[in-house]
Amino acid sequence: MSEMTLKPPLAERRSLLGWLRKNLFNSWGNAILTVAAGWLTFVTLRGLLQWVFTEADWAVIVTNLRLILLGQYPIAEVWRIWVSMALLAFLIGNSLSIWGKGKTSTRFTVLLVAVLLALAFAVGESSRLWLLGMAALLAAGWWLGRGAGKAMRNVVGIGWVVWPPIFILLLRGFSAQGGVLPLVGTNLWGGLMLTFMLTIVGIVFSFPIGVLLALGRQSNLTIVRWFCVTFIEVVRGVPLITILFMAQLMLPLFLPAGLTIDRVLRAMVGITLFSAAYLAENVRGGLQAIPKGQYEAAYALGLSNPLSMGLIILPQALRLIIPILVGQFIALFKDTALVAIVGLFDLVGIARTVLAQPAFLGTHREVYAFISLLYWVFSYAMSYVSIRLEDSLGVGKR
Amino acid sequence: MANAHKASASPPFWRDERVLKLLAQVIFGAAVLFFGNMLFGNMVNGLRQQGTTLGLSFLQNTSGFDLAETLNSYTRSSAYWQAFMAGLYNTLLVSAVGILFATILGVILGVARLSSNVLVRFLATAYLELMRNLSLLVFLIFWYLGVFLKLPLVREAITWPGNVLLTNRGIAIPWGLPTETWPTFKLFLIAGLVLAIALILYFRWQGKRTGKSPLAIVWAPLAFLAVAVAGWLLQPSAPLSLDLPAVQGLNIRGGRIFTPEFMALVSGLVLYTAAFIGEVVRAGIQAVSKGQVEASRALGLSSFQTLRLVVFPQALQVIIPPLTSQYLNLTKNSSLAIAVGYPDLFYVSNTILNQSGRAVEMITLVMLTYLFFSLVTSVFMNWYNARARLVER
Repeated sequence: MSEMTLKPPLAERRSLLGWLRKNLFNSWGNAILTVAAGWLTFVTLRGLLQWVFTEADWAVIVTNLRLILLGQYPIAEVWRIWVSMALLAFLIGNSLSIWGKGKTSTRFTVLLVAVLLALAFAVGESSRLWLLGMAALLAAGWWLGRGAGKAMRNVVGIGWVVWPPIFILLLRGFSAQGGVLPLVGTNLWGGLMLTFMLTIVGIVFSFPIGVLLALGRQSNLTIVRWFCVTFIEVVRGVPLITILFMAQLMLPLFLPAGLTIDRVLRAMVGITLFSAAYLAENVRGGLQAIPKGQYEAAYALGLSNPLSMGLIILPQALRLIIPILVGQFIALFKDTALVAIVGLFDLVGIARTVLAQPAFLGTHREVYAFISLLYWVFSYAMSYVSIRLEDSLGVGKR
Repeated sequence: MANAHKASASPPFWRDERVLKLLAQVIFGAAVLFFGNMLFGNMVNGLRQQGTTLGLSFLQNTSGFDLAETLNSYTRSSAYWQAFMAGLYNTLLVSAVGILFATILGVILGVARLSSNVLVRFLATAYLELMRNLSLLVFLIFWYLGVFLKLPLVREAITWPGNVLLTNRGIAIPWGLPTETWPTFKLFLIAGLVLAIALILYFRWQGKRTGKSPLAIVWAPLAFLAVAVAGWLLQPSAPLSLDLPAVQGLNIRGGRIFTPEFMALVSGLVLYTAAFIGEVVRAGIQAVSKGQVEASRALGLSSFQTLRLVVFPQALQVIIPPLTSQYLNLTKNSSLAIAVGYPDLFYVSNTILNQSGRAVEMITLVMLTYLFFSLVTSVFMNWYNARARLVER
């Protein structure tokens, strides 16, 4: 058979010229488009590279890197952030080898380790050991995850559930009077760390609320259903910034006299409620996609309503909507930037502080470009992970 | 069977599902009412301690602040509600302009994503990946502070072909100034519009009657244009005189000047939303199965007819619902105007809030206004979905 195969016609052979002709210059119109697009790419790239390497003054980022990443978090307590990051690195490495597929996951792991090592040599003495440790833990996690059985999967799954509370508790501390983990007030939280914190709290708390709202909307109890519908539609109908303002200005009024909550917590409440309404709609989509036979089969087996929901319907529905959920969490991560408008010092809020320093007046482009880059890298990484997760869970293939 | 049913006496009321359901609802309703009442009570108490009560009468008070740009005749001696309306008009303006341009750019992007040209496809994909993973707020601030405010001073204005001036005080473009014949010309425009609408309706009616519909989308605008041109030429003098912007000392004279705030907000929203609209358009086009195209070609329709009569209507059905929600997103996202200092609904309301201290009333008003937009949109969506379904079979 193989000796019988004919060579494709000249234009389609895998030569550079053939490829160019087929894909870029197959008609006059396309040729013009190619030239125009090529010129646009060239001009954009040249302008960008020229700015990044010759015109921009990155000293403002180098000097303020700590502030941008960690805000005003006390230096003596920074080890807590490192510890949680190290745990995260281990979990990521482990998950990559368990759920990732073949070469891509290996490449991704190697890339992550390389980035960590590169960072370790770029930063100062104090962070180097931590970064090296993180790289080692990531590699170790990956090594341990190879050929892991079901038990290991469960451990990692639990690890992902337990990590957010550990992160928050570790960073916040417990006792106001010193002790083992002294309290670090939320007024000292800032930068990328606060952005992460708001995102994680938003995800963790909006998830159960959103699921409950979705179930309430499907419920046959009229009052419950109307309450859920009203909440969901009102929250989805207004911009996030109005919800954040409401949380900042009206929430303190709602509370009984004498009870106060701090500004970061108020923002967290606002973000959680906002995210819960959107999540509820996504979960509803998943619930509606489950065939009626599943409900009826659960009922026929004698399962009560809560049991059939918890054991039969929800696990299937949630699995269906994983990609949508990750997309929503990415949106949440990007939306947390709005807390800067109500005066918190997240990435965007910290940018204002940095720009107010007399030494770095007028460096708006550098600062905001760097912050955009941070948002971009993390959002992109999350969407990459979601595609992997989708593949390995076989969503849409069963 | 009937006997057995009779034998098992009806269950006691605490196990009767109907009673339980009712009870659950009553308890839930009571809990909601109780908490709602408690929160509201706390709020009224808190407000009383601050020496205020709820009410909207403060909206009649004089505002006393200036707004950089308004569409109505607002001044600092106008009332709060007039300021609110000025903000509302600005929000509507930004949304309308934004939606128009985002749609155009989005359709181009969506089609480019499906182009057979590798380079064009790559560019569109790269743009999409860049935009989708940026935070809109950060992008808007960067766009405003890093691009529009970094344009040169008026004295060193960049001049683009067509007499467009780019400065850090705004973008000035040539504009038409109405002359004394403008009012008569306006009548011509209205007549042209009426004619165009009548043509569309007539073509549709005729299309239903005969099964052959002429291209209303081509003829109606042509008719409007013809009436407009006739109106322009029939006047003794031109209804509009061209006003070119020019640098005069430290200011720009003439033309129409768009402030950096407006430009940054609108163009930022357009660039961001277009990426999402591009995805919607691409998905819509791809949703039309290849068999449809092949079948219509087999029936002898030309490729243009295939596009117009087969692909386009089906793609539109898939595109419209997500497109509407993108429009709504753009409208809601325009509230980020506060970050670039453009006086939209939210910015103005925030100013009123700070001046009058009426947080509860102002936040409620703003939320209700945005909610109104959303409700109108979802009513339209339901109407469209119902109509699209009817058309289907």
